[in-house]
Amino acid sequence: MPHRWISFRRIVGAGCQSFVRNAWLSIAAMAVMTITLTIVLFSVIANATFSKTIADIRSHIDVSVYLVDGITEQQRTDLTKQIQSIDNVKSVSYTTKEQALTQYKQQNQGNVSLQLAISETDNPLPASLHIKLYDPDRINDIKKFLDKPSVKALQSDETSYSGDQKVAIDKITKATTFIREAGIVGVIIFAIISMLIIFNTIQMAIFNRREELNIMRLLGATKWYIRGPFIVESVLYGVVSALISVAVCNGLFAVSSTTLNANSLGLLDIGYANRYFAAHFWAILGVQIGLGVFIGVVSSLIATQRYLRFKGGSTS
Amino acid sequence: MILLDRVSKSYNPKTAPALERISLHIEPKEFVIIVGSSGAGKSTLLKLLTREEKPTSGKIIVGGIDYEHLKDKQIPMLRRKIGVVFQDFKLLPGRTVFENVAFALEIIGVSNREIKHTVPRVLDIVGLKGKEDRYPKELSGGERQRVAIARAIVRQPKILIADEPTGNLDPKHAWDVIRVLEKINHYGTTVLLTTHNQEIVNKLKRRVVTIEGGHIASDKANAGYKS
Repeated sequence: MPHRWISFRRIVGAGCQSFVRNAWLSIAAMAVMTITLTIVLFSVIANATFSKTIADIRSHIDVSVYLVDGITEQQRTDLTKQIQSIDNVKSVSYTTKEQALTQYKQQNQGNVSLQLAISETDNPLPASLHIKLYDPDRINDIKKFLDKPSVKALQSDETSYSGDQKVAIDKITKATTFIREAGIVGVIIFAIISMLIIFNTIQMAIFNRREELNIMRLLGATKWYIRGPFIVESVLYGVVSALISVAVCNGLFAVSSTTLNANSLGLLDIGYANRYFAAHFWAILGVQIGLGVFIGVVSSLIATQRYLRFKGGSTS
Repeated sequence: MILLDRVSKSYNPKTAPALERISLHIEPKEFVIIVGSSGAGKSTLLKLLTREEKPTSGKIIVGGIDYEHLKDKQIPMLRRKIGVVFQDFKLLPGRTVFENVAFALEIIGVSNREIKHTVPRVLDIVGLKGKEDRYPKELSGGERQRVAIARAIVRQPKILIADEPTGNLDPKHAWDVIRVLEKINHYGTTVLLTTHNQEIVNKLKRRVVTIEGGHIASDKANAGYKS
């Protein structure tokens, strides 16, 4: 019906006007809403980044088996085959003594005294087998095999299970869980605060305009014609806050990747976070706007329901 | 058109009721004046008709609609059918004369084109042509009253209720307003007005309903003056 559309347009127009007129009042509401949405955003990205970092580290976990100097080629090949037959083993690679020495020299390029010491003795470094696993957490099978006396005899030193990397993984997993939970708690708290502030803002707006609203009611305006603009106003709070939140995040990533230029910040891969954000940009924007609008609409529905009562019998 | 059957209204059970078992019947196109001193119950009567208040007991039927069976969400529709001129005008101070009258049409979804067409004509009827862009505070009491009337009639209601339309006006302006109301009545609208202005009551040879202490004291057609 044409007149429904006209009324809708008028309601939206009134809501936008109100939004602009209440600019100062709305700033508090939008600030809190922006913080809420930004927490959501950060949690999601931090979660994704941590997960990626863990995956990266895990793919590098390997088991190093150091071989005695006197091992024969036959023994080595047999050992390699046996290890490969173990379920969890992805691959086995062999590093000769010479290769080990070269790697060592490369890793310690800056250390002159070490270089001197190395060149004065025979190559002390053992040859080794590097075993990559499918599931780095399941090392028992490998361990059992490598601890067998017959196998142990072929080993010069203790097997290295990339111990410190596992520690790093555990640390990150803990951090991820913490961030996820803290994120959820933070979002809920701020969402509630957002709702309360919007609620309050609308209440004030209703109070300021109560004369006009009363006249509208007496002239026969429907409940939705009167409530509508307030809901539209809240939708705008949600949308604008979402846009600000995404813009801020965007800005932060742009700044951090140029100034920091370090793509890793210890355990975090900021570069990845940046790419994740860019790749999922539209989805992120959509979720932010959706969440912002949801919070806004719910708050204003409750506020207008409570403060614009339309009992025909009373003069409220 | 308007029927009240033994209608009572009590705001507070401890005090005397505002209206007690009032029965009143008004035919379409009538022009009825309701008189009574302040507190006699005139405003209460009007509030019952606009559903601002619910009766404690009794039946109210207006324009064929039984108020007892009226649901809350049907009330806006009811209020659109009855034009009301409030005692305190209830104009929107931040809007011009034109916008104030247009407001009544906006609420029911009338297009801007039609509003531009209708509002000037109504302002002409009430004699406010040329003052469309003034704000209420720039107008005299009588002019504001006429804006209120224009807004009340712009939707062409079948019933027009005017609460003390000549309230604070000097005689000349008071009569201007009355003449407008008579013109509207002439075009076919049932007019109900309340007043405590004796002069007007006496000069208009119309039906006069007198309310005293919540009761109808008298109901005279073509009443000349109150005895």
